[in-house]
Amino acid sequence: MSTMVATNKKGLGATLWDYLTTVDHKKIAIMYLIAGGFFFIIGGLEALAIRWQLVQPMNDFVSSGFYNELITMHGTTMIFLAAMPLIFAFMNAVVPLQIGARDVAFPFLNSLGFWLFLFGGIMLNVGWFTGGAADAGWTAYAPLSTTSIGEGVDYYVLGLQISGAGTLIGGINFLVTIVNMRAPGMTYMRMPLFTWTAFVASALILFAFPALTVGLFLMMFDRLFGAGFFDPAMGGNSVIWQHLFWIFGHPEVYILALPGFGIFSEIISTFSKKRLFGYTAMVFATVLIGFLGFMVWAHHMFTVGMGPAANSIFAVATMAIAVPTGIKIFNWLFTLWGGSIQINTPMLWALGFIPTFTLGGMTGVMVAAASADFQYHDTYFVVAHFHYVIVGGVVFALFAGTHYWWPKMFGTVLDDKLGKLTFWLFFIGFHLTFFIQHFLGLMGMPRRYWVYMENQGLDLGNMISTIGAFLMGLGTIVLLINIIKTSVKNEKVSGDPWDARTLEWAIPSPPPFYNFKQLPLVRGLDPLWVEKTEGRKGMTPAEPLTDIHMPNNSFLPFVMSLGLFIAGFGFIYQKHDLSWLIVLFIGMGITLGCMLVRSVKDDLGYHVHKEDLKKEAEE
Amino acid sequence: MKDWMGKIRTLSLFSFLVIILSACGKDNLTALVPKGYGAEQSFNVIIISILVMIVVFVVVMAIYLYVILKFRQRKGQEDHIPKQTEGNKTLEMVWTVIPILLLIIIAVPTIVSTYDLADESEKENSINVNVTGLQFWWNFEYANEEIQTSQELYIPVDERIYLNMMSSDVIHSFWVPSISGKMDVSPENENTMYIEAFEEGVYWGKCTEFCGDSHSLMDFKIVVVSQEEYDQWVNGMENTDPEYTAEAATAQEGQELFENSCISCHAIDASANNPVVGPNLADFGNRTKVGGVRDFSKEEIVSWIVDPAEIKPGNGMLDAPYLEENSIGQEEAEKIADFLMELKATDEPVDSVQQFKDEANDN
Repeated sequence: MSTMVATNKKGLGATLWDYLTTVDHKKIAIMYLIAGGFFFIIGGLEALAIRWQLVQPMNDFVSSGFYNELITMHGTTMIFLAAMPLIFAFMNAVVPLQIGARDVAFPFLNSLGFWLFLFGGIMLNVGWFTGGAADAGWTAYAPLSTTSIGEGVDYYVLGLQISGAGTLIGGINFLVTIVNMRAPGMTYMRMPLFTWTAFVASALILFAFPALTVGLFLMMFDRLFGAGFFDPAMGGNSVIWQHLFWIFGHPEVYILALPGFGIFSEIISTFSKKRLFGYTAMVFATVLIGFLGFMVWAHHMFTVGMGPAANSIFAVATMAIAVPTGIKIFNWLFTLWGGSIQINTPMLWALGFIPTFTLGGMTGVMVAAASADFQYHDTYFVVAHFHYVIVGGVVFALFAGTHYWWPKMFGTVLDDKLGKLTFWLFFIGFHLTFFIQHFLGLMGMPRRYWVYMENQGLDLGNMISTIGAFLMGLGTIVLLINIIKTSVKNEKVSGDPWDARTLEWAIPSPPPFYNFKQLPLVRGLDPLWVEKTEGRKGMTPAEPLTDIHMPNNSFLPFVMSLGLFIAGFGFIYQKHDLSWLIVLFIGMGITLGCMLVRSVKDDLGYHVHKEDLKKEAEE
Repeated sequence: MKDWMGKIRTLSLFSFLVIILSACGKDNLTALVPKGYGAEQSFNVIIISILVMIVVFVVVMAIYLYVILKFRQRKGQEDHIPKQTEGNKTLEMVWTVIPILLLIIIAVPTIVSTYDLADESEKENSINVNVTGLQFWWNFEYANEEIQTSQELYIPVDERIYLNMMSSDVIHSFWVPSISGKMDVSPENENTMYIEAFEEGVYWGKCTEFCGDSHSLMDFKIVVVSQEEYDQWVNGMENTDPEYTAEAATAQEGQELFENSCISCHAIDASANNPVVGPNLADFGNRTKVGGVRDFSKEEIVSWIVDPAEIKPGNGMLDAPYLEENSIGQEEAEKIADFLMELKATDEPVDSVQQFKDEANDN
């Protein structure tokens, strides 16, 4: 506790400096949570503007050009700048604690990953202020994207490239952390399911993001340096972009959804007071989904004209994913079966997730049927489907995780009444918004339509959809009020407010900066539960009290990311005026200079001495 | 008892909603009332998959509701620790194998119809139309008849028509939900699909690949007519005359203006030799819509000519010199409209078009 008190006493400047330089996974988690939450609100406002434009036929709330920017930035923001970082927030906050580690394997890289994401995210949004954000859809299909006028798509390319590097770094970091830093006794088959899903998602990041990187590089050369990779007139091929994008894009769905499944597994198990039913099958299903996730990308392209053989193969491969996903659903249901189900806010989100995601999975199988997809493709049916999957599977999980791990991250419990109000507003709003869109799509409403015509039977459905969207907005506002209220009240709770099962609950909330004074000895799945059933209060230490080795803070990650951010402007504006190359060189110089400093300067960290630890315990 | 009443009420509300919605689809637009071969094939697979999925959903929801109602923590049982079950091999086998069987039920018809819809064996002996997608309109060139038209594709009923599609700018996608599923129109590879309509009528077509500012306004129509009418129409198109002279006095003035400002992009005869720059206007007088989206009337034609950006933002006509020179005002546009409305391949519109226009006027 003493460290927390000490931080609270620090001035604003010192706190700011602390966060700018921190390499502590828990503080980085908080930064991911704040930044991801901020972009979630931005993306949500964009969504509301989209829905308001569609509230009635032939509406003129926004112009078509601005509408196209809104849909592009809504998709890009929600996927890359909200969902991804929020998933990373929980991976950072929880995974090291769940495996009994004192930090991630590469704390410096962890910080670098965050700052790259943040500067990339800002870069993406700079377009709004310089004559128009990206307007070629979040999928940025060539040649629409390569021929889009202005710098919007350039900001998209550079912004995603920078934040993508951050994500890749983060993914590698978690792979190494989970492989190397598990506490004594924490075998792979004793890892909590959230850690397992984080592990598989990190592996997916490692293999999927390079495809995006390559695609973005090619697009950057097409747009900024006169290349023609995607230009048929120069012998290029625009469909290649679609392949590269979806080889990344489909695994991306699982990168988001799997950790979501992990969050629900933790919550369902905790609040039905039962170990996860079919743990081994759950792990196996997770790995299988991750593997199959790479085999199905072309189901996004059934109408491209790949021919019946490719379409059939990808259709069947996609349907196969329904099997491990179904296994998961049934395992959750049978975890609940015979349990003692306590319904509080996190559990409510988990219980709302099951039917919602089942619907998303059902329509998933339906769109996988290639010959039926000729009708669904690029209509509101698909819009409905992927919102059921990504909101139902990922955003619900993020809301659930926020309420579940808030005490661990901040030491206070979010108000349960307000939490339930958030849930019901958001849940009802969500189904109002999206259920009807299945029908709108089949009734002939293509996606990305700025207006729809009168007398086409689409008015009522769109109106209902818009009403639902505003309910979701209301739910989010209630969450913000809840956060403010809880923070002002600041009622501290114990380390284990939920009577939970996994290691993160064995230490105080929020944990001390070194997490575990002595690394715990893990004696089974749900290690804390194992100890509790044997009548112990906490974990048995696996080592004597010794000095703890900790990494030093560093300002370099921030500066390195800032350098790339500056260089981005050089890359973009040199297409108009070569003197901007100076900016490019300055930016790259800053980044490479920082890398040099980091390479030649020894940074061995410091030790927390056991005498100090003892003294702290006595206080 | 009370509980069940509530449930039945929600259930009937739900089915009521579904009925309302499925009834709501606009005739000749909705994919839920197929009127062509492709749409019917897709619809069959949609129905099979939705039935299987409803079975799955019912099973999941039954277990779900049972579990929530039965195993909810009761007051005074907060300290109760339930039995910690690890799993159950038999159950796990069941929910692995049954889904696989259900998926096979969906996969087989999917593959059969996917191959069926890609069948090109009759291509040589069928009507072939070369479709070009452009921002934000469609050109249709009849390969054997050597005629071309734009925005409204005439086809005979119950006949297989092969469409050979390419884009001359960005990717578009050709979708007429009531008749057939969609196919992308890309700038580098020619995609071929066939359509076959079962009923005469005018069908709504939409562009479904995001293509820029007026993506949502890139409408087109498929006009399905009897074989007899089709032959008449083709004959009429073949006889459209590039040297046509307007009849009415205002139309003659309009023709002069047209020849000064418009003819470099818009042909008034249907010959396939005319380059594809702007929409071909050979049969303009029989169009169902102006610009694909506005009701066909003189006022709409005039407002299009005076300010095309107002109706379709970012369309190709915005580069026309007359807009920059401001050489065509309201009065001139009216004369041009008079001329354009005279351009017809057949004196009377085909039955489908006449009916469509009558319905539009009723609304």
